[in-house]
Amino acid sequence: MATGRRTPKGVRSSVALKIIMAVSGIVLVGFLYAHMIGNLKIFFGAESFDHYAHWLRTIGVPALPNKVALWLMRIGLIVAVVAHIVAAAILARRARKARPVRYAHRPKVQGSYAARTMRWGGVIIVLFVIWHLLDLTAGVVNPAGGDSEPSARVIDGFQPDRWWVTIFYVLAIVAVGFHLRHGLWSAFRTLGQQTARGQIIGRTVALVLSLVLVVGYLSVPFAVTLGLVD
Amino acid sequence: MDIQVRVWRQSGPDDKGRMVTYDVKDISPDASFLEMLDVLNEKLILDGDDPIAFDHDCREGICGMCGMMINGIAHGPERATTTCQLHMRHFKDGDVIDVEPWRAAPFPVIKDLVVNRGAFDKIIAAGGYITAPTGTAPEAHATPVPKPDADAAFEAATCIGCGACVAACPNGSSMLFTAAKVAHLGLMPQGQPERDTRVINMLETQDDLGFGGCTNMGECTSVCPKGIPLNLIGRLNSDYRKALRKR
Repeated sequence: MATGRRTPKGVRSSVALKIIMAVSGIVLVGFLYAHMIGNLKIFFGAESFDHYAHWLRTIGVPALPNKVALWLMRIGLIVAVVAHIVAAAILARRARKARPVRYAHRPKVQGSYAARTMRWGGVIIVLFVIWHLLDLTAGVVNPAGGDSEPSARVIDGFQPDRWWVTIFYVLAIVAVGFHLRHGLWSAFRTLGQQTARGQIIGRTVALVLSLVLVVGYLSVPFAVTLGLVD
Repeated sequence: MDIQVRVWRQSGPDDKGRMVTYDVKDISPDASFLEMLDVLNEKLILDGDDPIAFDHDCREGICGMCGMMINGIAHGPERATTTCQLHMRHFKDGDVIDVEPWRAAPFPVIKDLVVNRGAFDKIIAAGGYITAPTGTAPEAHATPVPKPDADAAFEAATCIGCGACVAACPNGSSMLFTAAKVAHLGLMPQGQPERDTRVINMLETQDDLGFGGCTNMGECTSVCPKGIPLNLIGRLNSDYRKALRKR
């Protein structure tokens, strides 16, 4: 017993899987902030927004060919998303197996709404991301089409007659907010946060970062639907 | 006071089990929850029925033997209280109270409300010890311990291993229990030699036994009769990460 047994199991332990989720989750939050800053450029005019979108495709040019830096970032994001979902699925399956017989009487658990909806919230976010990529990245389900300028896709996509798209975005972004409110704090704890004072700070930081994201992301579809941006 | 209890009855590990309703009449509000079950059992025995099996020992809230889900809450509605220290005055006349055993794959039901918590012993055996010469006790002041560390270690050491954390956890995780044991020994100078192997072996044993993983919801600490703080799980996570790096 003097040395660690079953060495290869290290990465499969519940805490190792949680560390994978924490690190990949923080990478994705970093992306969400960068993405939000890009979105907010629409308030400085369609040109500023489109210029930013084109710059993303030409980072590193001429040292790198067009879109290479963009694809490197995309690959990084895909790795983080897959790692996050795979680890979550393994842990969710273990949790289900750990309680084969359910309680007959189970009042609403005392954990926060955010904590209770992590798994289904995650599924909703995945479905939203698929729609979002088809809508504003590929333009397949966007009235402006795939060959249009990014700003045109945003402005045409959130017109008042497409109110159901705006509502879907609002719900999805609120789901992201709830997911991050518990997820960020949980990530800090997984990475070793362990003092009572740090717990208050960690929860507050998670709440503030989630709220800023929700407000930042909601401002764009709301502004377009209400006709504040054209 | 007159109440009704709906109790999980299961004749053995292979029985399917079901909730059975019993009337309990004229129970004193000053009776403990277990005494209420004693009264019910005496009536069942007089009627020639099988009494309800439940675990109990000291009935002083310090041994960790008793424990059941009362209306879906481990150890019932009173915070930081074991089932034996819960009194009927916290219920109302005419209440219907649901009583179920701890539910977790590593805690199989033996009979009625009794579950096998041997899984906890296996977690302890995997690392809940220190290297110390047996025989004569060493001089108490030979190893100085800073007072804050001693207090924190003592707080963690108050865990009585009742299993309420597992029963309450939506993931069926024993993380609070394991974290308390890891912290209790890891905070002391005597616990340092095995600090790394302890956290790795105890955590991996917990996983192997079929407990779920922690999602930091805090259900465990809210039902813990000893109020073991959730922070200790962060300490386990940190110790585990550092130990993995050294391996």
